[in-house]
Amino acid sequence: MSGTDAGGWFDALFDRDLSLVLVVLAVIYVAYVLAGVAFGYGLRGQLNSIANLTFYVGVFGMLALALNLHWGYTGLFNIGIVGFMGIGIYVTALVSKPPVAEGGAAQVGGFGLPLGVGILAGVLVAGLFGLLVALPALRLRADYLAIVTVAFSEIIRFTMMSRTFQSVEVPTALGLRADTVGLGGGGGLILNYTDPLEALLRTVFLWDPYLAFLDLVQQTLIPNNPKPVVDGLLYGVMLLVGVFAFYVLLTRLGRSPFGRVLKAIREDEDVANALGKDTDRFKLTAFVLGAALMGFGGILWYSSRGSITPPSFRPNITFFIWIALIIGGAGSNTGSFLGGAIFAGLLYEGPRYVKNLVEAAFELGDAPRNFGEAMAGFASLDPMPFVLYTLDSVSQLRLVIMGVVLVWLMHNRPEGLLGHRKEIASSVDLSRPSGDGTTDAPAATDGGETR
Amino acid sequence: MSDTDEEVVSPTAASESESVADEGESVAGESESVAGESESVADADVGVATDDAVDAVATDVDVDGETPLEVEGLRKTFGGIVAVDEVSFDVEAGTLTGLIGPNGAGKSTTFNLITGMLEPDAGTVRFNGEDITGAQPHEIANRGLARTFQIARELEEMTVLENMMLAPKGQSGETLWRSVLPFTREAVEREEAAQLERVWEVLDFFEIDHLAEEYAGNLSGGQRKLLEMARALLTDPDMLLLDEPFAGVNPSLEKRLLEHIHELREEGYTFLIVEHDMDLIMNNCERVIVLHQGRVLQDGTPATIRESEDVIEAYLGGEV
Repeated sequence: MSGTDAGGWFDALFDRDLSLVLVVLAVIYVAYVLAGVAFGYGLRGQLNSIANLTFYVGVFGMLALALNLHWGYTGLFNIGIVGFMGIGIYVTALVSKPPVAEGGAAQVGGFGLPLGVGILAGVLVAGLFGLLVALPALRLRADYLAIVTVAFSEIIRFTMMSRTFQSVEVPTALGLRADTVGLGGGGGLILNYTDPLEALLRTVFLWDPYLAFLDLVQQTLIPNNPKPVVDGLLYGVMLLVGVFAFYVLLTRLGRSPFGRVLKAIREDEDVANALGKDTDRFKLTAFVLGAALMGFGGILWYSSRGSITPPSFRPNITFFIWIALIIGGAGSNTGSFLGGAIFAGLLYEGPRYVKNLVEAAFELGDAPRNFGEAMAGFASLDPMPFVLYTLDSVSQLRLVIMGVVLVWLMHNRPEGLLGHRKEIASSVDLSRPSGDGTTDAPAATDGGETR
Repeated sequence: MSDTDEEVVSPTAASESESVADEGESVAGESESVAGESESVADADVGVATDDAVDAVATDVDVDGETPLEVEGLRKTFGGIVAVDEVSFDVEAGTLTGLIGPNGAGKSTTFNLITGMLEPDAGTVRFNGEDITGAQPHEIANRGLARTFQIARELEEMTVLENMMLAPKGQSGETLWRSVLPFTREAVEREEAAQLERVWEVLDFFEIDHLAEEYAGNLSGGQRKLLEMARALLTDPDMLLLDEPFAGVNPSLEKRLLEHIHELREEGYTFLIVEHDMDLIMNNCERVIVLHQGRVLQDGTPATIRESEDVIEAYLGGEV
C-alpha cells in the first residue's frame, strides 16, 4: 500500500511541480552559461560561476521554505530570520572550533567537538531561541510579533559584537579541551574547524574516492588545483539535497492534520480555537521548527566560509528571504523554492552579471568617480558618464531593483508567481470514499466514535 | 453507549429533571476534578445499546436528565458600559432554547463569555457539572460545547472538505512528529480515511456534498451557515450554541436549517440559539430567555413571553 502511495505522490510531484522548477532552473543556468561564454570564461570559470549560482539558489531556496512554514502556512510574521541563522552558525563554530592551544591563527577557540555535533547543536539552539521568542510573543498580534522578532535579530547581532562575550577563559578545572571560547566580538570568528564537505565525506567513507576523483579531474579537465572548483560544485549539490529534504519535510507537514490546523490558524485563529484546537501550542511548534530550519540554513550558508563577522547578519538578509518568498508565492512550497531560485539568479547575483556583460560587450572607459561627474556629461548631451556611473554602482542599485520588482509584484501579482496555490491540507485524498454512496441521513449525524 | 430512543427528552421530562439538577449542583462542584471519570460512568449507567442500528445512531450526548449548561451571575463590563449584568439561566438537556433581545442586549457577549472568547468579571459558567468559567475556548470546545459565529467565519482559502476535516477532536495527526515520521504517518492516514467517511456523511446530511471541493470563500451566506453548523457538529459536541444561525438566510434555506436543528435535537443534542427573529424563536423553541440591557428580562415558554408587558415594551422601544 505504501509503495503505491509513494508512487502516486511522486507522480503528482512530477506532473505539477517538477517540470516547472526544472524549466525555471534550466533558463537561469543557461543564461549564466551564456553570460560565461560572453565573458570568455574557460571551463574553470564556467564551473565556478555555476557553483556560485547553485550555492545561492540552495541557501535562498532553503530559507524561503523555512519562512514559508512561518508565514505561508501559519501566518506568523517573522522578520528576525537572520537572527536564527546567526545563532545556528555561531553555536556551530563555538562547539566545533578547535581550542586555541592546538594551533591556527584563531585567537578565540571552541570546544573542539566534531562538526556534526556542532551543526546539531546549532540547529537545536536556534530552535530553543525560537521557543524563547515565541513564548511571550505569540500571544501578541501579528504586527507586534514582527517587531519582537526584528528586535530579537538585532539583539543577537549586537551580542555577537559585544566585548563581554568576545572571549572567555575556560577554567582548566572543568577538564574540557577548550581553553578560550567566545563570540569574537566585532572581529568575528575564524571557522578553523574541519571543512564541512570533508567532514561529511569522511563520515560516509567517501573521502578517499573523492580525492581519487579529484586526481582524475586534474589529469583530464582542469590541470591545476581543481579542488576548490569541484568542492564548490559538490557543496552546491549538497545544498540542493538539503533543499529537497526541507521540501519533503514541509510538504509532508502541510499535508497532514497538523498542517491543516496551521492553515486554519492563518485563516482565522478564533475559529480554530472554537473548534477545540489549542492554537498556542500549534503556533509554538511551528515557530520552533521554522527557527531550527532557519538555523540550519544559516549554518549551511556560512559554514564553508573561512570566517564569520557580525555585519553579515544584518536584517537585509531577512528581507532578501522575504522578497524570495513573495516572488514565489507564500503558502506554496514549490513557489518558495522557485522564488528563492529566481531571487538568487536574477536579483541577487544577476545585476553583477549584467554589468560585467555590458562591460565585456562594449569596451567602455573608466566610470566617473562621483555623481557630479556623472551628471556633468549631460551638459554636453553625452549620457555616457551617467551610464557608466550607473553600471559601476550596480551593487548598490541592486537594492533599488529589488524594491522596484517588489512594487511591481504588489501591483500586478500580489500572490506571487505561483498564485495562492492552495495545496489541500490532508494526508489522504478527500474525494468521497467509494462504495458507500447510499448512507442514510440519520446515521450521518451520529456523534459516535469514528476511530 | 446510550440509547437515544429513551433519551429524547420531552419538555415536560426536562422540566422535571431541572429540580433534580439544581439539587445536584453542589455535588457537581465537588466532583470537578473527577469530571472526566464521572462522565464516562454516567454514559455507562444509562443503559446498554441493544442493537447495532441503534448503536450507529447513538451519541455521546449526556441526556440523562441533567442540566448541561448553567450560567450564574454572569457579569461583563467594557470600560463604563455594563454589557452583561448578573445574567443567570440554565439550559436543559435535549431542548431548543432561544436567547433573544434587542440590539445591544448582550446576547453575543453572553455567548462569548460562555464559550471562553471573553472572560467574565464575575459569575460562573458550568457545563455538564464542571466549572468552565474563564477556560480557554479550545478547552471548552473539547468538553463538548461547540459554537458558531454570528457572521459565519469560514476558513476561506480552505475547501469545504478541509474545513470539515479540521473539526473532529483528538486527531492524532495533529501532533507534528506523528504526521511527519514514516510509520506513524501511516496510522494518521488510516485515521484520516475513517474520519473522511464521517465527514461525507455529515455533508450529505446537510445537503452540501455538491460543494465539497469548493473553497469556503466562494460559498453563499446561507451555505456558509450550513457549513459552519456541519463543522461544529463534527467536533462531536453535547451542546451547540448557534449565534444568529438564520441571519441573511433565505426562507427556503431557513426552513432546511430548522429541519436539521429539530432532527438533531430529537437525537439528543441540546441547542441554545441567539436570534433576532421573534416569530422564528417563538415557533420553534420550547423555552425563551429574553435579554434586555444586559439583564434577563424574562425566562419562560413562548406563551408567557408573548404575553409579557416588559418584553413588548423592550421590543417596541419603551424608554426603560
